[in-house]
Amino acid sequence: MELLREREAVEIIENPMLPQLFRIRSRKQETHDTFTIELEPIEQGIEFKFMPGQFNMIYVFGVGEVPISISGDPNKTSRITHTTRMVGTVTKAMGRLKKGDVLGIRGPFGSSWPVDKYEGYDVVIVAGGIGLAPLRPAIYYILSNRDKYNRAILLYGARTPEDILYKSEIEKWKSRFDFEVYITVDRGTSGWKGNVGVVTTLISRAPFTSENAVVFVCGPEIMMRFTALELIKRGVSENNIFISMERNMKCGIGLCGHCQFGPVFICKDGPVFSYSQVKHLIFKREI
Amino acid sequence: MSIETLEKLLVEHPFFKGLKEEYLELIVGCARNVFYKPGDFIFREGEEANEFYIIRDGKVSLEISPPGKQPIVIQTLENMEVLGWSWIVPPYYWHFDARVVEPTRVIALDGKCLRNKCEEDHSLGYELLKRFVVILEQRLQATRIQLMDLYGATP
Repeated sequence: MELLREREAVEIIENPMLPQLFRIRSRKQETHDTFTIELEPIEQGIEFKFMPGQFNMIYVFGVGEVPISISGDPNKTSRITHTTRMVGTVTKAMGRLKKGDVLGIRGPFGSSWPVDKYEGYDVVIVAGGIGLAPLRPAIYYILSNRDKYNRAILLYGARTPEDILYKSEIEKWKSRFDFEVYITVDRGTSGWKGNVGVVTTLISRAPFTSENAVVFVCGPEIMMRFTALELIKRGVSENNIFISMERNMKCGIGLCGHCQFGPVFICKDGPVFSYSQVKHLIFKREI
Repeated sequence: MSIETLEKLLVEHPFFKGLKEEYLELIVGCARNVFYKPGDFIFREGEEANEFYIIRDGKVSLEISPPGKQPIVIQTLENMEVLGWSWIVPPYYWHFDARVVEPTRVIALDGKCLRNKCEEDHSLGYELLKRFVVILEQRLQATRIQLMDLYGATP
């Protein structure tokens, strides 16, 4: 796979403020409040290259624009995949769109999971809730370059069994001998035979070598803070823990200042940061 | 299973790491192997808590049963994890049911015997308490995170 070498935003368009038109090719309801759409460019021949962890600004015409992480395979450049939870005005409107409807896309923006920098390491993916979506491109990349890594492990926590994303794909991942998948839910429901407990409880159980591990974490910020501390307790270096931050991103290119986070802009310098880069910021409520 | 094997298992378990040899010998003397089938209860809420368990393999569900409803699963525990701390906290009663989900082998440790030994030898008591405080902290933090309902609509 051709992975872009620099962990910087790559513009597919000359003007990053101008949305490109994409049509909804397919729509899948993942859970009661989360859906995945696959988009294709209206203009023929456009390739959409991105790096795992990057996001797009999605414009629902007449409603507004929201930043959404790309959740598809970075190998597939003819389409864009986004998994979105319906929580606000724009995402709810987006959730009502159907196959064939048109959206505006600006992007891809931001930094990425440094998948290509940690060959030979144990790669541990820790996802909480919808946080699995921005990590899925990294999983695709790792699995398509599986021989370059040592162990590959997914630790995924969801609210209930009904809230687990990508269920059929997770079953396929579980059936692989070279990818270890551990799932837990915060609340078990009747019939659930799997783990119950928060995702941090999986960290002590997961079979990786702390000194030779890189960990990509995405989920609610509080979950990421607890996860990072648990990983450090287990002996993982702060420099090898990466988290994906979320703030009120608007322009996507570090101009408007809406997503300023201390000395950095989440949209331009992030959303992926090493824990050591942001540990002095994420515990401060004043920021 | 021989005592030597039990000793090896306990000596190598992270929970007992760094414990003096004489204490380990004492603990091995209080240990026994037990196997449970799925659906078995290792202990039930309200019963006297006189043991704790190292899960060798398998899966155990900590549950509580509201009347007329499905049990609520608080947490599942599995390989190499420690099950049960009520044996060390008066009045020594279990607060939850421990139901076996998958075939499970445990090392059961006689908490009643160890309580008495801890009273006689406070160094042993301190060493065990230090280890159980870590377990308690982990369970407390996990419970707090669960309570926050982080993946809900408005965490």
